[in-house]
Amino acid sequence: MSVVARERNLVAVGRAEDIPPLEGRTVTVAGRRVAVFNTEHGFRATAAFCPHRGGPLADGLVGGQSVICPLHNWRIDLDCGEVVAGGSGRVPVYPVLERDGWLYLDLGG
Amino acid sequence: MSGGAGPPGLLIVGGGIAGQSLAERARALRPQLPITILAAERRAPYDRVRLSALLAEGGDPERLRLRPDSWYEDHRVELRTGVSVAAIDRAGRAVATADGERLPYAALALATGSTALVPPIPGIDKQGVHVFRTPEDCEEILAAGRGAGRACVLGGGLLGLEAARGLVAQGVPVTVVHLMDRLMERQLDGPSAAMLARRMAELEVEVLLARDTREVVGNGRVTGLRFADGDELECDLLVVSVGIRPNVELARRAGLECERGIVVDDRLRTSDPAIWAVGECAQHRAVVYGLVAPIHEQARAAAAAIAGSACEPYAGSVPSAALKVMGVDLVAVGDAQAEGGCTVSDPGRGIYRRLVVRDGRAVGAILMGDAAGAESLQALVAAGGEVADALSALADAGRADVRDLPDEATVCSCHAVTRGAIVAAIRERGLRAPSEVHACTRAGTGCGGCRPLVARLVEAEVGDGAAEPAYLCPCRRLTREQVLAVARERGLRSASELAAACGVGRDCGACKPAVAYLVSLASHNRHEEERHARFINDRVHANIQRDGSFSVVPRIYGGVTSPAELRRIADVAEKYDVPMVKITGGQRIDLLGVRKDQLPSIWADLGMPSGFAYSKAIRTVKTCVGTEFCRFGVGDAIGLGIAMEKAWEGLHTPHKVKSAVSGCPRNCAEASVKDIGVIAVEGGWEVLVGGAAGSSVRRGDLLARAATDEEAIRVASTFLQYYRENAEYLERTYTFVERVGIEAIRAVVLDEASGEPAALRERLAIARAAVRDPWQEAVDSDEGGPFADLDESSGPALVGPPAGGARS
Repeated sequence: MSVVARERNLVAVGRAEDIPPLEGRTVTVAGRRVAVFNTEHGFRATAAFCPHRGGPLADGLVGGQSVICPLHNWRIDLDCGEVVAGGSGRVPVYPVLERDGWLYLDLGG
Repeated sequence: MSGGAGPPGLLIVGGGIAGQSLAERARALRPQLPITILAAERRAPYDRVRLSALLAEGGDPERLRLRPDSWYEDHRVELRTGVSVAAIDRAGRAVATADGERLPYAALALATGSTALVPPIPGIDKQGVHVFRTPEDCEEILAAGRGAGRACVLGGGLLGLEAARGLVAQGVPVTVVHLMDRLMERQLDGPSAAMLARRMAELEVEVLLARDTREVVGNGRVTGLRFADGDELECDLLVVSVGIRPNVELARRAGLECERGIVVDDRLRTSDPAIWAVGECAQHRAVVYGLVAPIHEQARAAAAAIAGSACEPYAGSVPSAALKVMGVDLVAVGDAQAEGGCTVSDPGRGIYRRLVVRDGRAVGAILMGDAAGAESLQALVAAGGEVADALSALADAGRADVRDLPDEATVCSCHAVTRGAIVAAIRERGLRAPSEVHACTRAGTGCGGCRPLVARLVEAEVGDGAAEPAYLCPCRRLTREQVLAVARERGLRSASELAAACGVGRDCGACKPAVAYLVSLASHNRHEEERHARFINDRVHANIQRDGSFSVVPRIYGGVTSPAELRRIADVAEKYDVPMVKITGGQRIDLLGVRKDQLPSIWADLGMPSGFAYSKAIRTVKTCVGTEFCRFGVGDAIGLGIAMEKAWEGLHTPHKVKSAVSGCPRNCAEASVKDIGVIAVEGGWEVLVGGAAGSSVRRGDLLARAATDEEAIRVASTFLQYYRENAEYLERTYTFVERVGIEAIRAVVLDEASGEPAALRERLAIARAAVRDPWQEAVDSDEGGPFADLDESSGPALVGPPAGGARS
């Protein structure tokens, strides 16, 4: 599938090995708080806070392609950022690239 | 450029709702068919119906997206965005893209949609004139609206009214200018249109009817409109929404028969048998549909024809329009303007309900102000149902129970989900909440208008289906017993092994803490601890608070502390600037507002065991001072409380277990409303289980009378293990005791002759022996991982990658 091409703005955020499988970690990138997840389908990144009450998503339960916010169990799809259970809303998602053991976030143009 | 490889399959031109719907239905029928969507817009298919929500609420257009990237991967549908098709080579069965690429097809489907109709009014090309069709239009309108003194919307149809309301929500004064003498003239009759105009006025949308706009005035930029009667209206933003024009150019150039739209037959086939057309570009039996429900119906028929499956031919749709304007309930179905039928109206309350009947059959309906029963009337009109008494049919629809809805009634128009599909999902997949239905069927994830109805459907079904088992993992429909059996039979020691064995927890993480508990139960705490399967509290051994900070509650057995311990706690609170120090309801000390990264050093400084206040585990044992000091004391409450807490500390349980021991029937420790409560009476103790003092209050049931401290602990421990082994995860003792019944529990827990109570205690002891204090363990292991942010844990990583790292 071809993804919309755009200017890449890659920022290294850490080592892939620092995020154990099926866990998330928070990182600050260019002043933004971002949650990075190690899912069964690869690394994913979203804004760090739940759109409901600002819960720390990196502390949530990861399964399949979603994370469950630890505060009130809203479930968020990590591919598109959509809230799929609990309420409705969306968080920004950022493409993650893994290369040579490093994780890079694509923050767009 | 990719694509073109492999055998030719279904090529869909157009990445709108129609193209996406066709791809989904074709995929469902033909799992192996190569499917490619070519989308001219540079975004993945999105829900255009919700554009007005974007205008009203703002936000990222990505939230309108119909499917995430992973959907296309999982369903092997190749989506290519930003690709427009220049020509169709019908003889060679291939299309040419604007970039000159040639893509062969076995079947071609045109879902090219429509563009906004712009009337040929002098000056319509001035700056400040916008159409309302794409997220980009939305952004431009919003940007222009910020500085606008007054906006005009040309066109009083569905979309025009939604755009107007969206602009008002942005604080822009708006006038809707309509050529006809009533709003939404194709859907509404005179009285309902008049009522709608009044309602729009209340929502601060000014409406001008029967105004023939002759000129857009302004010097390069719009400054107003001039009407046929010479009147002028000032505005500095004009949104044009007078209708759509089907995109037929590509088809026409290819020689396909076109009139207003691309002419299709009842299989949605064009004049070329290898080419289909669906959606707003298609013209079926002389009708071009501009609404979402017919698009899904067309896509269903076209997919069946393309896949060679049997399917009823498409006989046209009964149009159904719902105005998505906050605060206006309006649904118009079919031909609502014909004579006949009946009307119920309460102008004072803005209610107008009309059922139109012709030759004894329902042909249309208008529901305004009160849309109750819209789905059943829709189904009635779609089926052309016989109506003997229009008035009572209308009244019945308003009172209709969701159970009376026919299976084929559409509940969610945005995603074309029927009542039958929702009920089947609830029953077959064991769904118990509306949110689960939204996730599984997509009903309610579009405009959201059907969410109340979805909730009622769930209520009706779940209420009926009490026999339905409570699934531990609803995604895989696995009960607690099934998962526990897999763990025991195969000797599995981790949540991951169980996930691999039966799929539990793989689709979503919700059930993982339950799985982790069952693994620990089955292996008597000799399991492999996996942090990812634990709720955050159990990963960092502290209780997450509303602001994402944590609380620390050290173990203080029986609530009895010492000056040295208090001094240490005070020192820690000062050293770490702990925002709040609080005595808890369970007689412990809580340090609140602690940052996650501070936790390990706080534990090291405290040097006390974890109080497990964050976990589904043995919590506090609350005590009164009992015989030690109290002049009324009958039993040694403190001694027994401390002994109980030490016997059970660190054990995980299906839900939290709060206990208390009172030294006399005055019950100062409130033991009668605890999960396990012990109260001293003359001659010994009473052991109560299943008490609660939460949202509902329940006095614990008397399990047994015990003559000695040892006997009291023995009975309570037997019950505890019985609860650990038999309760559903997250089932408190008060629901467990009520569900199982105290008599049944006594029959097992007190029957020492059977050997089962001793066996229960034995298993409890084995599990207890494997407990380690998580705080001490974390301090000893010096593990930063779960406590630190990625930036902090990886140290120099932020400095940058090694040379030759990322490019592109």
